[in-house]
Amino acid sequence: MTVAAPILHVLTALVASPLLLGVIRRVKAWMSGRKGAPLLQSYYDIVRLLNKGAVYSRTTTWVFRAGPMVGLAAVLVALTLVPLGGVPALMRFQGDLVLFAALLGLLRFFYVLAALDTGSAFEGMGASREIQFSALAEPALLLGLAAMARTTHELSLSPMYDEISFDLVIAPSGAVMLVAVAFLIVFLTENSRLPIDDPNTHLELTMIHEVMVLDHSGPDLAFVEYTSALKLWVLGALLVGIAVPVRTDLWYLDLLAGVAGMFALAVVTGILESTMARLRLSRVPQFLVAAVVFSGLALVLVLR
Amino acid sequence: MQAWLDTLVVLLILTNLRLVGSSRLFACVRTVAVQGLLLGLLPVLVQWNTLTWRPALLAAGSTFLKAGVFPWLLRRAVRDVGLRREVDPVVGYSTSLLITMGLLGVTLYLGQRLPPAGLFESQLMTPVAIFTILVGLFLIVARRTAVMQVLGYLAMENGIYAFGMALAVEEPVLVELGILLDVFMGVFVMGIAIFNISREFDHIDTDRLSVLKD
Repeated sequence: MTVAAPILHVLTALVASPLLLGVIRRVKAWMSGRKGAPLLQSYYDIVRLLNKGAVYSRTTTWVFRAGPMVGLAAVLVALTLVPLGGVPALMRFQGDLVLFAALLGLLRFFYVLAALDTGSAFEGMGASREIQFSALAEPALLLGLAAMARTTHELSLSPMYDEISFDLVIAPSGAVMLVAVAFLIVFLTENSRLPIDDPNTHLELTMIHEVMVLDHSGPDLAFVEYTSALKLWVLGALLVGIAVPVRTDLWYLDLLAGVAGMFALAVVTGILESTMARLRLSRVPQFLVAAVVFSGLALVLVLR
Repeated sequence: MQAWLDTLVVLLILTNLRLVGSSRLFACVRTVAVQGLLLGLLPVLVQWNTLTWRPALLAAGSTFLKAGVFPWLLRRAVRDVGLRREVDPVVGYSTSLLITMGLLGVTLYLGQRLPPAGLFESQLMTPVAIFTILVGLFLIVARRTAVMQVLGYLAMENGIYAFGMALAVEEPVLVELGILLDVFMGVFVMGIAIFNISREFDHIDTDRLSVLKD
């Protein structure tokens, strides 16, 4: 495997991840009969925000300013750890899957701190919900990764995803498929997509993730937007690695299949968002426990 | 065909989880019907090469009852009662799901210590049969509405059936017919009882029955 492939994957993710958001929005607009925003709207937004000045409330401290920066840094490091299908990650070592989960936790932790730092009641509410839901989504992610590690006998993400083949995915016990379902739920939760959170809502009472970043402005908000696009890519890559088990020996074919898989995932997300109603807040934990149960079941099946 | 046995068993586990995690009565009735269908497929898959008429007919009969008649009776009962979902269970749904996962872990651990049973290549069969029985018992204690308790009873019967399949495929027809008849009478009586309870008391919460005095 040439060394160019991982670098090319990271560059593709850096450039193309805001496009995923554009694709999701386009699919949603198309499903509801609208024309929709241009595909490149996320790029325009980020550039526009970067050119603006930031406004900081006098009640905030350095924690509030650190939030978006630490978040972007964490997700960038996570991007170097994640393989895309057969394309290995830029950085790989034994047990990097734990670091991967920890980086996502760090990102969330600093967002929550920044939200609490503003002292706004709404942001505190959003932070509390974000923590509650991700506390349930994280076991699903870790148990699923543990099940995959056990199936493939690898403790590092890249060799683990390299082992996955079509035969493994449709194996009779179906453990890998259960993990894929759990990862889909984690993907939707962590990226605050529809059955859990509505990224388009502007009613503070029902917002979860979006309410936490209400007070960020200018370049900070651009960082937040870019971070969420990259997070979409990073978590999507985990799912696409299973759902598109294309492993050829040619790295550019693997990369092409992976990127195509990412955009297919964006289309699927858009369709899911258009066809599903949002869950009532009190029902969301039950949905997430289902993800935990799927991962746990997969782990139990491969452990025996 | 035995390779697909694992798939069937995993699907059986998933129907059990659905039964425990869902509050919609119609969906639960449908899940129990699917469970009956899966169990009907079981002997066909096990004896793919040596299938004789007797087990085939028996499987067809039990599938007809479990996936056809029982759901039909129960759906009627639920419709007549006018209740769509279990509102306030004794054990909440998330907790129920976690408890069920715990049960699955325990039964799989137990299954490893049991001697391998019968004709099955699948190591999962016996533990999952026990698991289904336990899920049925759990539903009976953890749900308030009579319909869910009947469904728990049916899940328990499915577990016993699967257990019998795991241990001896060639069990006497009389035993199997006896069990089926019992269950049939049970569901029949319970369906009528649910209907009558709801007509008398305009709800089917069985907890209230325990405070009745004569």
